[in-house]
Order: sequence, then structure tokens, then C-alpha cells
Amino acid sequence: MKHLLSTRDLSTDDIVSIMAMADHMAEINSRAVPKVPALRGRTIASVFFEDSTRTRLSFETAASRLSAEVMTFTASSSSVNKGESLRDTIETLSAMGVDAFVIRHKSSGAPQQITQWTDASVVNAGDGWHQHPTQALLDAYTITRNFNELNSLHGRTVAIVGDIKHSRVARSDIDVFTRLGAKVVLVAPTAFLPTSLDGWGVTTADSLDDVVGVVDVVYMLRIQRERMDAAQMPSLREYSSLFALTPERAARMQSHALLLHPGPINRGVEMIVDPSLVPGSRILQQVTNGISIRMAVLFSLLGGDATTTLSNGVEA
Amino acid sequence: MSANKASIVIRGATVVNPDEMFVSDVRIVNGLIEAMGDALTGDIVLDAAGCYVSSGFVDLHTHLREPGKEEAETIESGSRAAVLGGFTAVVAMPNTDPAQDNVATVRFVSDRGRAVGLCEVIPSGCITVGRLGAQLVPFDLLANEGVTLFTDDGTGVQDALVMQRALMTAKRLNLTLSQHCEVASMTVGAVMHDGACCSTMGVPGWPSAAEEEMVRRDIQLVRMTGAREHFMHLSTKGSVELVRAAKAEGLPVTAEVTPHHISLTDELLTGFDPIFKVNPPLRTMADIAALHEGLVDGTIDAIATDHAPHAGHTKEQTLDTAPPGMLGLETALGVVNTAINLSPQKIAALMSWNPAVIANISDHQGRPIAVGEPAHIAVWDTTTVWSVSRDELASRSTNTPYHGMELRGRVRHTIYNGQLVVQEGKALA
Repeated sequence: MKHLLSTRDLSTDDIVSIMAMADHMAEINSRAVPKVPALRGRTIASVFFEDSTRTRLSFETAASRLSAEVMTFTASSSSVNKGESLRDTIETLSAMGVDAFVIRHKSSGAPQQITQWTDASVVNAGDGWHQHPTQALLDAYTITRNFNELNSLHGRTVAIVGDIKHSRVARSDIDVFTRLGAKVVLVAPTAFLPTSLDGWGVTTADSLDDVVGVVDVVYMLRIQRERMDAAQMPSLREYSSLFALTPERAARMQSHALLLHPGPINRGVEMIVDPSLVPGSRILQQVTNGISIRMAVLFSLLGGDATTTLSNGVEA
Repeated sequence: MSANKASIVIRGATVVNPDEMFVSDVRIVNGLIEAMGDALTGDIVLDAAGCYVSSGFVDLHTHLREPGKEEAETIESGSRAAVLGGFTAVVAMPNTDPAQDNVATVRFVSDRGRAVGLCEVIPSGCITVGRLGAQLVPFDLLANEGVTLFTDDGTGVQDALVMQRALMTAKRLNLTLSQHCEVASMTVGAVMHDGACCSTMGVPGWPSAAEEEMVRRDIQLVRMTGAREHFMHLSTKGSVELVRAAKAEGLPVTAEVTPHHISLTDELLTGFDPIFKVNPPLRTMADIAALHEGLVDGTIDAIATDHAPHAGHTKEQTLDTAPPGMLGLETALGVVNTAINLSPQKIAALMSWNPAVIANISDHQGRPIAVGEPAHIAVWDTTTVWSVSRDELASRSTNTPYHGMELRGRVRHTIYNGQLVVQEGKALA
């Protein structure tokens, strides 16, 4: 695997083996000194054209725990503000010697376009409304491990609630969850669903009340207030009354059901309940697991022969 | 315009005229067809065995980019691309900078086209000042400069009252308005056809309804005013149905389709390559089937290229920020002939005779091949298979979606005003 641009680049076997490698990484992360020399001498450029805190820090922490050099680039303080093109930016950074780019961009498809301007590996850390593959891997990892599964979500139902249309997390999650065998139900007003769901393998529901008591996972998406403000979108009041997770709805979740959210949480919008009071909440565990998953992804792309190099690194 | 004094003979081609087709040599002297018959002799003899000879093609929809974006195309480079595609007349779109909403700019475009002298360059005029959709241009002054088609191409006239008043004026002055149909409020930030691919890719979509709503509205305005309106680059099944019904009603509407909309679908966008971004967007197989049907049954009158050059760096942006548009002049015949099986007479009707009428230049373009007619001529075939290379185009830009593809049918020779401007597929000037 040269790049990770979309979950669609991954076979189901790839997904399972990345999650298995994340188990090794989680063990490393549990040590007193959570660092191995597995990617020593490799340079990873963390290139965020769009603001992000958790994803950028998660990738940079993952790279650092594998002993890679990290080059950080944020668009707000860069040549992009001087009008430099995407191509020139990437070619310039490549010329400094980069083994992998971790790319966040507001435009769908930007990471894929970047692959034509560099020989380095490209990891998509979120592009527009398109894909956020490492988020889906860490979400699948969190769900499977909580249900004591290694490679399957068979028989589980996941409700993804919120603005599906504008969500890269939803697109990646739906692909990974369905391929691992889960049933996925999308809970959203029509304006927040894409025009076509052909080939998505999902069902839809018109309100959270219809599904909250029967699903195994409630996956809440962040709602951006600015999208609400657009005239054709439903009102915030209407949205919250039908789709927000309230204490009453959280209380109806099955006892084993999990609550996930990719963050950042919009309290009082999609999350009216305090997530710390929901027993099934694994929102902070998602963040922890994100580092293990990103270590596994970076190692898969840059580590050469996976098992031997990693075990060498672990032993060293 | 000085005509070439040397005589040119086109030897062995099949003449394509509206009422008949027959094999004949054609001799051109002093800008006119001087003789037809067997074994004619002349100073220059063009081998055209196996080819068709028809009036030169007329493009109702060409972006020449001059003035304003000369890094993408100039009137000279665009004229050369036109004649390589067999076009002897092009209607230059008005979204230049400054826009073609005033006498000085319109005159600049005509003068520059005449000075280049490769083909006839007819400036279109804007419908509204600055293409802003509010204040009407001085139609009469622009018409005096030779403008026959008026359009705000790139955007449609959004306000129904403004469009109604423009049509009333056009009716009074016997002009034709040409509309890019797109309800702007439904396409904010749009990148591609709003369908299955768009939904998976996570980009804003151009719904078919945004085009069809304006076609529907404008048909009503034509019904009210009696003015002529030409619908540009139809792309949806619904638009074809609306125009078909309007024609059945006897309304004075005409329509064009581009080569790319009858040959390419939105699935090409899944690699996020901005080369395939165009407005209106590439749509679906069902739309292509409806457009083919519209061509065959006469609902659609003309093939128009919407030749839209963009400098290389502008197409190296992300899909949402790159400008829409693709090259079309040099590949038009090959794309059309490869995409759909049409008779030579139908091809000539769609690419020459009908657009000449719509552009109101049928007194000298789109004429039959007959003694005494002006020599604006294309010699072409429907059998030569050739591979498109973006590096071998005459256009200043390289944004062809057909790079590396094989097309069937090619323009061999082009004669404009009696001068040989393309010989054996090569531009002579």
C-alpha cells in the first residue's frame, strides 16, 4: 500500500490487519516509555491546509512514538497565504526530503491530486466532505474491541446521526462498518442526506427516537451551525427536537450500546446530554485509539516488511 | 479580405449538400466556388478521395479569451484551432475582460479576428452590462457592429423580468438571445452533476433541475414575447423534453449540444481530475441517450463546442476551485462521429447549416457547395482513426478531456474565403 486516500483503497483484510497492528501499538502506548525506533530516519510532513487540533496532534504523536521526524506545516502561517499553489507547496516540501505526507484539506480529492506531484506516500487526514479514513479505522477499532471482536461487526447495527451529506467521517465510517458486516442506519433530515445513496448499503430513519433504543452504536456527528444558517436547512430547534442526543434519549440506549462522536462536540446542538454521564460513551477512548491506529497506518505505509521491522523495533 | 489568386481544386470528394450527395471535383478561384465537375485542374490540387466536402463548420459557442485571458487563448490561436476542426466561423463568447457589452470591445474582437484572417470571428454580445443580470446592453449599437447573438454565457439571466425585457427588445430588433440555463441559487459551489458519483465523492452538485427550471421559464417568456431564443449546451434529459415540447408548440426556439455532453459521463470525475469539470456538468448515460435522441429527431439543431481554454496552472487546483471548461474545437468532428452514428448530411446540418442560420450568417456561411458560392469549405472524413494528444493542439491551452483517446473521423482540409488554411490536417498559417 503506497497511499491511504480513502477507505475504498483498503481491502477488508487490510482493515482487519491494520486493527491487529493497532493492538500491538496500543501495547507500546501502554508502556512507561511509549516509543519505538520503528520509523527512525523517516520524515513525515504533517500538512494541514485546514484547521485541526486533534487529528494533527494525533498523527504527530503517532509519528513521534515511532521515532519518525515530523515536519509541521499549517496553512494559516505559510506560503499558501502568499498565493502559492497546492502543487508548488507539495513539490517544495517534497524537495526537502519527505517520506510521507499527512494531508488535511478543505477540498474533496486534494490528497488524491497531491499524489501526482510527489513520490512520497500520502495519507488523507480528512478532505472536504469526502473521506477521513483513519477516523473510520479508529472508530471500527473502538467498536470491535469493545464488543470483544477482532474482525467483524456482523449482527451489529450502527446509527449515524446528523449531517451525513457534509461529513467525510460518515462516508468513511459507512464504508468500513458495512464491509465489516454491520447494518448502518442514517438518521438525518433530508437536507443533510446526499442526493443519492445508491450503492451505500444503508437504510435511513426520520428521527433518533425511531432507532435509539434498538441499535448497538449511536454515532453522533458534529453539526456545524453555519450550515444550519443556510436558508434551505432545517432550523436548529427542529433539528435538536428530532435528532439531538438528549438525556431522555440516552437513557433509552441499550445497556451494552456505545456512544461515539468524532469531535469536536457541539454541546447544546447535537449533544444535549453530557457525554460523561452516558455509560456507553467511548468518545475519549476514540481519541486514545486514534494514536494506535495512526501508528499502525504510518507503519504500514513506511515500515517495509511489517511484522519483522515492527518486532525489531519493539525489541530495540 | 484578399482572396488567394491561385486556384484550388478539391479532387475526388463526395459533395454534401442538403438536397443531395454526389462525387465531384470543386475548383475555387478568388474566394468563390468557380467550377464543379470531373478532372478539374488547378494550381493547388488537394487529394480528397474518400472524404466529404461541405460548407465549413460554424461554432455557436467558442471562448477565445481575448481580451483578458490571453495566457489561455488568443483570437489567433483560437482561430487556428477552429480551422483545424473544420470551422470557418466561430461565435466568440462575451465573457471576456472587459466583457463584450460595449461597442469598443465588440469591435476589437471583430477587428482582431479579421486581422488574423483564418476564419470568421463573430463577437456575441452580452445581454446585460457586465453580465451582471441587471441592466440591458445597448442591443441596437452592438447589432450595428455585426453582433447577431446575445448571451450572458457563463451565467444565465437570473431575473425573469430582465429576461422578459431583453426578449421584448430582441423581438423588436429581430435579434436572437442565447441562454446559458442555470438557476444560480441551486448551484452554489457546484462541482459536478448532482448524482450518485457526486454523493460518494462529497462535493456540491449541479442538479439537473437547475438547468431545466430556467429552460422551462424561458420557454414561457418566449411564448409571451414571440422572440427567438437559442438554448445553449443542453445537458439533461428533462431539458431535451422541454425543448421538444416547445418546438411542437411552434415556438421560435433552437438548441445546441456540445460534443462532450454526448460522449462523456460524470463517472470520469471520480478521480477528482479538474480536466473533466465543465459547466453544465457531464451527466449520466440516460442524459446522453436523451441528447442523442434529440439530435436524431431534430429537437437539437446544432453541435456547438463550448471550447473553453484554461491555462495549465488553473486546472492544477482542487476540483472545487478549478474553473469549469474544456477544449473542443479541434476534436469536435471526431468526438461527434465517434459518439453517435450520423449521416454526413446530418453532421453537416448540425455543424454547419443549422448553426449558420441560428447565427444569422447563412447568407455567406453554411451554404451549399455550388458554383458561385463563397468558398468557406471543410473537407473531412468519418473513417480516419486518430489519437488525441494535448501536446499537439493548436490551442494555447491543453485542457482536452480526450487526451490519449482514439477518435474516428477527422478534418483534412479547410478553406476560408478561398484561402487554404488547413492542408492534410496541418494549419498553414
